[in-house]
Amino acid sequence: MGIGFLLSQPFAQHALLAAALVAVTGGLISPFVVTRGMAFAVHGTAELAFTGAAAGLLVAGNPVLGALVGSLVVAALIATLGARPRERDSAIGAILAFGMGIGILLLGFYQGFATAATNILFGNIFGVSGSQLLVLFAIGLIVVVVMGIWYRPLLFASIDPETAEARGVPVRRLGLMFLLVLALTVTGAAQVVGTLLVLSLAITPAAAAQRLSASPLAIGGLSVLFAVVAADGGLLISFEVSNVKASVFITSLSFAIYLLARLAGPALRGRRHYHHEGHESHHAAQGTNPASPPAVPGTPASTASPEQSAGPEEPPARRARPPAPPDQ
Amino acid sequence: MRSRADMSGGGGAAIVLRDATLRFGHHVIWENLDLDVAPGECLAILGPNGAGKTTLLKVLLGLLPLSAGTVTIDGRAPRRGSAQVGYVAQQRVFDPDLPIRGRDLVQFGVDGHRLGLPLARARQVDAAIAAVGAASYAGAPVGLLSGGQQQRLRIAQALAGGPRLLLCDEPLLSLDPASQQAVVAVLSRYQREHGTTVVFVTHEITPVAGLVDRVLYVAAGRWAAGSPETVMTTETLSALYGSHIDVIKVHGRIVVVGGDGAASGIHHPDGDPAARPPQGHHHHPDGHG
Repeated sequence: MGIGFLLSQPFAQHALLAAALVAVTGGLISPFVVTRGMAFAVHGTAELAFTGAAAGLLVAGNPVLGALVGSLVVAALIATLGARPRERDSAIGAILAFGMGIGILLLGFYQGFATAATNILFGNIFGVSGSQLLVLFAIGLIVVVVMGIWYRPLLFASIDPETAEARGVPVRRLGLMFLLVLALTVTGAAQVVGTLLVLSLAITPAAAAQRLSASPLAIGGLSVLFAVVAADGGLLISFEVSNVKASVFITSLSFAIYLLARLAGPALRGRRHYHHEGHESHHAAQGTNPASPPAVPGTPASTASPEQSAGPEEPPARRARPPAPPDQ
Repeated sequence: MRSRADMSGGGGAAIVLRDATLRFGHHVIWENLDLDVAPGECLAILGPNGAGKTTLLKVLLGLLPLSAGTVTIDGRAPRRGSAQVGYVAQQRVFDPDLPIRGRDLVQFGVDGHRLGLPLARARQVDAAIAAVGAASYAGAPVGLLSGGQQQRLRIAQALAGGPRLLLCDEPLLSLDPASQQAVVAVLSRYQREHGTTVVFVTHEITPVAGLVDRVLYVAAGRWAAGSPETVMTTETLSALYGSHIDVIKVHGRIVVVGGDGAASGIHHPDGDPAARPPQGHHHHPDGHG
């Protein structure tokens, strides 16, 4: 069975499209998950999608709907019980353990064929129906719109909540909003790669991207790119190797990208460190004259990745000019 | 009031506190605080830990309401997120892996609170970076910069919105003397050029003595305000603490020496009493307090 033949089949096309949708949404939220230290929240909401799916199956015969509603309930619970960052992880642990127990109980009540619920645990990319695709597309659209509108305040609140609060950013409300978006994304991703493997599309891409750049926009772009490459690349490989689950290749590719980024990262970082040390002495020696041009050759742009070129590459003449008042 | 604010243009904002009192439950932080800060003035808030210095900044930021009394900035009640007010929070050293560059941090001060995708507002960001002399390292990840460099970028962030009032919480904390000097120079030049009103909380008066017009000293629920020369005296501070406090000048440095624990070590040379045992103790003659 050739790959060309497979690509002409609707189930394979659905799978590729579903993987791409999940990857884009996962890649978009991934940098915030990493910056806000919410990897465990991803894990918790992902596993509890199983409970939601079991409930949906029992009540409405619809595991996807159950998982979606369940994810919002879980997000609200985490936000309520784990409002303070310090207690968040333990709150998630408590909710997760209880929720999984409920899931097993619910599944016990269900008399039918429970593959739909267990599929949520391990993913069933080749079983994506047209309506599921629509759900994934809707989730993707919500995530893109929400991130497009609240990108800046969310980033500000994630990096420096105290200053953001003083600047008028609704830090707590944004935190809840992000949890809801995260729960939706994770539930969507669970259908493709399974809850146990969601981390590979919602965390790993940004973890890799952050090794290569410090520009938030570049990290966002790289993160989406890495997620799509892993998801669709893994799927294409699984077309060739038919007796291994696609999840295996998706997570492996994602991890390989992460490892490569970690290997490549230190090279960039090392040179940045040199730059930093150089400026330390310069800074100390000329501490009272901070506007003076740098005494150390090389700007960060010459040592760092290309996406930084927009920043520090101003001509030296401009740098030496007296500061202009910020206009408002 | 409004017309005056409009006419003053780029100048600083005036702060007026009347009978201002702050309590948490029954615990009085400070009470009946009367203070006028003129536009373009520089006020340093001093006092021991827990005296309510940062709390006062929070009131000015509109984050905390007063328990009693009134506070106005340019004739209006403080409002959270006001573009008139720039804020440098107490320094928290950024994680080395933080995925953000110096100029992104500064950009937050321009549009971090706005909705929509980030649009390049390079001119405003560049001007603020230049104003603190951070152009050469603004493109580096903030987590890899030194404490002094990070602090200058945070000040640039606060200045980027063109505030009329700048509030800084311990801007010199945990900085080496050279970096302290650099930060003071940045603040001093900016204030001179723009007439911005500056209020900052500090542990030590000495490094900022050239910048400060007036001192507000809060301790034990009481307060004293005036020029550094009138407030930083043995008589004034002893009255504030209700126990004998010595204010002595050593090599041009003002040192506050007290024996009751509350006052000791507050004017530590490095501004960080936790880092070393309080130096005041062994200067303290027995029998006071």
